[in-house]
Amino acid sequence: MDGIHTLQEFMLHTKNIIYILIICILVAMPAIWKFLAGRDDE
Amino acid sequence: MSISRRKFLGWMGAAGMAGAAGTSAQAGSNKQFKGYPDSMGVLHDITRCVGCRKCEAACNKVNKLPSPDVSFDELTVLEQKRRTDAQSHTVVNQFQTDKDGAPSMVYVKKQCNHCLEPACASACFVKAFTKNPDGSVTYNAHVCVGCRYCMIACPFEIPAYEYNEAFTPRVMKCTMCHPRLQEGKLPGCVQACPTEALVFGKRKELIHVARERIRNFPDRYIDHIYGEHEMGGTNWLYLSGVSFSSTGMREDLGNTPAGKLTSGALGSVPIVAGLWPVLLTGIYAINRRKEKIAAKQQADAVNQAVSKANEEADAKIKAAMEKAAADKTAAIEREVKKALEQDAKARQEAQKAAREQSGDEGSDEDKT
Amino acid sequence: MSHETAATRNSVFTPFNVVAGIIVILGLFITAVRFTKGLGATTNLSDNNPWGIWIGFDLLVGVALAAGGYVTSAAVYIFGMKRFHAAVRPAILTGFLGYALVVLALNYDVGRPWRLPYPFLISRGTTSLLFEVGACVALYLSVLFIEFTPAPLEWLGFKKARAIVVKLTMVLTIFGVILSTLHQSSLGALFLIAPSKLHPLWYSPYIPIYFFITSIIAGLSMVIFEGSLSYRYLKHKMDHHHIETKDDLALGFGKAAAWVLTGYFMIKVIGIAADNNWHYLASGYGAWFLVELFGFVALPAFCYMLGVRENNIRLIRWTAAWTVLGIIVNRFNISMVAFNYHLPSSERYFPHWMEIGISVFIVTAGLLAFRFICTRMPILYEHPDYEPH
Repeated sequence: MDGIHTLQEFMLHTKNIIYILIICILVAMPAIWKFLAGRDDE
Repeated sequence: MSISRRKFLGWMGAAGMAGAAGTSAQAGSNKQFKGYPDSMGVLHDITRCVGCRKCEAACNKVNKLPSPDVSFDELTVLEQKRRTDAQSHTVVNQFQTDKDGAPSMVYVKKQCNHCLEPACASACFVKAFTKNPDGSVTYNAHVCVGCRYCMIACPFEIPAYEYNEAFTPRVMKCTMCHPRLQEGKLPGCVQACPTEALVFGKRKELIHVARERIRNFPDRYIDHIYGEHEMGGTNWLYLSGVSFSSTGMREDLGNTPAGKLTSGALGSVPIVAGLWPVLLTGIYAINRRKEKIAAKQQADAVNQAVSKANEEADAKIKAAMEKAAADKTAAIEREVKKALEQDAKARQEAQKAAREQSGDEGSDEDKT
Repeated sequence: MSHETAATRNSVFTPFNVVAGIIVILGLFITAVRFTKGLGATTNLSDNNPWGIWIGFDLLVGVALAAGGYVTSAAVYIFGMKRFHAAVRPAILTGFLGYALVVLALNYDVGRPWRLPYPFLISRGTTSLLFEVGACVALYLSVLFIEFTPAPLEWLGFKKARAIVVKLTMVLTIFGVILSTLHQSSLGALFLIAPSKLHPLWYSPYIPIYFFITSIIAGLSMVIFEGSLSYRYLKHKMDHHHIETKDDLALGFGKAAAWVLTGYFMIKVIGIAADNNWHYLASGYGAWFLVELFGFVALPAFCYMLGVRENNIRLIRWTAAWTVLGIIVNRFNISMVAFNYHLPSSERYFPHWMEIGISVFIVTAGLLAFRFICTRMPILYEHPDYEPH
């Protein structure tokens, strides 16, 4: 937390990470669903 | 059943969204940010301003802005209320007030207030605005797209735009003379002020100075330091003898920093991204399963119907066969009977014929 | 002067084509002025009014009215309403064209349009809701493009490529709903940062939810509205399946719209109560707010209900058009009418004729593109070579 003095800096830092996580979510979820339900039609 | 299930999921989604907006508004709210500890600021004592426009002239000069149509010595421009624009980072406005029943003129300098939590910086999608450790909020034209959302966001209506530049339009606003501060100089306007209506210093200390003045001269000042808390606080502070709203400054802005106003909506973004796939895929899977079950039920029904039909057909065939067999025996029996009858008849007729033949001899006997 | 030449002439110089042609020429002229003389020469924008109709109409209304794509594909593919399948393609096409035109319009509005990729490539301002809007609009435009491609691929006969895209239908649909939820609501959330400028009756912490819910209403109504226009002018391009299901579609979507409008009305009232804004209703702005609330929310909700109960397709169609107008009124109110309500009228905004010209030009471009595609590609009919997906 050193070096973060303003809410603006804090939000910039956290949102940068969160946007990367969102990309990960959007990629991971379909893959996980495929793994989960992939054998349903067999 | 399935419809109510779907509706239930829909409500869950709606509740989830409302919940997300609620909870994420709190995310980070237990964290306190005090701003840069030694940031600088300017205290503008409105009661000391005489409306000479020297600050405007100095600002124009140090920022190398285009020279105006009307000279800075011309004070009649004060008669019209002005705002900052692409050619001027600061303006002085005059307001007629009557303090203690005596009408008097008040002069107020207007420029970027250099918020502790700048709305422009929060709104900018290319990080063109920076809150610097010296307190100034500066703008980087090299990344600016020109969406002008900063101008929408700024509660003090400060950023202006070079609308008449076709190819390189910039947002224009006061920099608190950030480049001059780095050289160890005062902001242009502060240096030019002849009445010390502008005082430059550490924000913390300026607040003390302002409090001191209010305490020492309670008749001269109203008990409020504008900018201490407005929109989360600003590095530019104001003292006034009349209500701030009568000097064109809004008192209804609230104390919430701009970043807090949007944190709820921003916070629900990852929640939607994380939960919508769950919800939507869930609804899809439920419907698919429902369809599968319906298809299976249909298939079963068809099968059942077919087998029933088959059974019926079998029974019919069997019955027909039995009937046929029965018919056959009956026919045989009938034929046999017929044959026998015919045989008997033939025999009778033969006997009759034989008797007739012999009857010629004993017809009397026949008649008896 | 033979009969035949007259006929060919008629086919090109229809009143619609003539008007559209004039608008396009005018639009190109204004475009030239905009990109050589700047925003100052073509708009009435000012330092107090940085956003005009190129944002209020082209962006806010454009995105809301293009919501039919995600609403219809979600209804059919996620919620399993397969009987509305015929509506998916026209809705996706409208959505795709809508978003493409929104992005085109943004090029007029921003100061340096060639820098539009900067937020993603050069300097990411992730604290801004506009960043979120930009990212989602860019992604969703791509999703809509892919969702749209089966039609041109069928038209061109690329069967393998089409098969790949069709396999992606579910993923794309779910992506589309996520992205739409996010950016439709974020367009409203753009105004959260300016509580001191937007009139309290329109400013609400619920504004992102209002924008999202109205986008569903806009999507449903646009599908009905646009379906009736297509039936009127492009009937010859519709297959019998499309024509057979269009009344059922109007009934189904009308029912949904009535119900969503009802819910929206409820949460709008909650919004007044949440901020204790009742006393504003007695002011001039309050009267206009009530016109919006009762005239463009409650009234269409009621008319949709009547139409559905009485099986009155005509009423449903007119209500759809009225609801679309209501969406425009709502977005105009938030971005212009109730924005800067505190300023004197001399400092308020009214669009320059060239701004209106560009907006009309862009809508016309959309209509022309829609007609061009519908008369060539399998949008309103199913291609005989393919099974419906």
